Amino acid sequence: MTRPAAPDAEYLMRDTTSHPAAYTPAYKTSVLRSPRMALISLQQSLSEVTAPVFRADELGPLDHDLIMNYAKEGLPIGERIVVHGYVRDQLGRPVRNALVEVWQANASGRYRHKKDQYIGALDPNFGGCGRMLSDENGYYAFRTIKPGPYPWRNRVNDWRPSHIHYAISGDGWVQRLVTQMYFEGDPLIRRCPILGVVPSEEQIRGLIALQDESAFIQLDSRAYRFDIVLRGQRATLFENPVQKTLQGALQ
Amino acid sequence: MSGIVAAPGGAGLSIRETASQTAGPYVHIGLAPHAAGFDIFENNFGPVLTDEKTKGERIRIEGRVFDGIGTVLKDVLIEIWQANSQGKYAHPADRQPGKAIDPDFRGWGRACTDFETGVYRFDTIKPGPVEGRNGRFMAPHINAWIVARGINMGLNTRIYFGDEAAANAKDAVLNLIEWEQRRQTLVAERLDARADNGSALYRFDIRLQGDGETVFFDV
Repeated sequence: MTRPAAPDAEYLMRDTTSHPAAYTPAYKTSVLRSPRMALISLQQSLSEVTAPVFRADELGPLDHDLIMNYAKEGLPIGERIVVHGYVRDQLGRPVRNALVEVWQANASGRYRHKKDQYIGALDPNFGGCGRMLSDENGYYAFRTIKPGPYPWRNRVNDWRPSHIHYAISGDGWVQRLVTQMYFEGDPLIRRCPILGVVPSEEQIRGLIALQDESAFIQLDSRAYRFDIVLRGQRATLFENPVQKTLQGALQ
Repeated sequence: MSGIVAAPGGAGLSIRETASQTAGPYVHIGLAPHAAGFDIFENNFGPVLTDEKTKGERIRIEGRVFDGIGTVLKDVLIEIWQANSQGKYAHPADRQPGKAIDPDFRGWGRACTDFETGVYRFDTIKPGPVEGRNGRFMAPHINAWIVARGINMGLNTRIYFGDEAAANAKDAVLNLIEWEQRRQTLVAERLDARADNGSALYRFDIRLQGDGETVFFDV
């Protein structure tokens, strides 16, 4: 008997109440970039439960060290920090070998990007991006400079709180996630239109990293803890066989 | 019986997924630093999925992304994920019998829309059909994921092929789309012209909103 191609595992249906809606007028750019039609819901196939597998040798030794990976003639300016945490799924299991990519502004709130015109100065020793794979326990860590806040054109006096962008690729295509991490205690958090689209206080709290003294590097760096939860994977091995068995028993 | 496995959705015993946030205007810094204008990583992930040893028909997919009033967007990042020429994904969960992984094809790439023209482009191979649910084969397709400033959560869609009309007509996912005229938004047109590298050329435009809005999936 050939083995059925249906995957042994699939991912929990996405809980849309955990995420911002597509159309969020307070974040003005979303107005013309948000689909008006309902999303078509799919039962998952191999196309959705598989995803690219990354290898450690694809990443360079400094790719996860934003303090050193663009240092040219000295160290970047700003507060030295470590950011670390666990990538887990919704059922609490570690997501191993997840690709975690991060990018951010420098300490002045300026991005190394040809489209960023902010007056804040570029730092010749800071690139502002890094990437790493989570380990056997789903753990990841990188060090960087704490990003600065910056103004942006939404309303004329909107400011982004300090934040680090994340893109995470897990075991399945449906786990792909882009998000942003904020810093505990930042007074700009409560008035940020982009963070404001997140639909609940609980979900907003999940995006705010806490200062983590247990991970400070003495006489060197403070640390922040940011855990990430991806879609939960559940076994499907009961479904079809059980239905068949039950049907057999009832006949 | 299924109740012992897990509760569907975010309720029950599961914890909540981390909230999505927009990738923002500077997504290139993290995911495509050359596009942002600097060089930092030795190995860069990009829009070419093939090397000279990859098996399969070489194709190029190119297109543009439009907003709700037809503006060409120039700050979009698209990733694709696809099976190889035999219809097998390079992932351990793909246990389709009789198909081998192509060691020269991962099946994943990312491209940015050009800051001047708005055109994105992938060089890849045409995937084979993959077995779907209930043993039915899906028409050849490529999975695509779209992020940009103004998109609060990445959009999932599929790219089917215009020269696979018979397979497309039987595809369970396309047939799930109740509005027949919307199915065409997922079909890349095969052009008569070939790409400058000799590949077969397909055009796949994405409309985020409004007339001809692309079908996006909740996967």
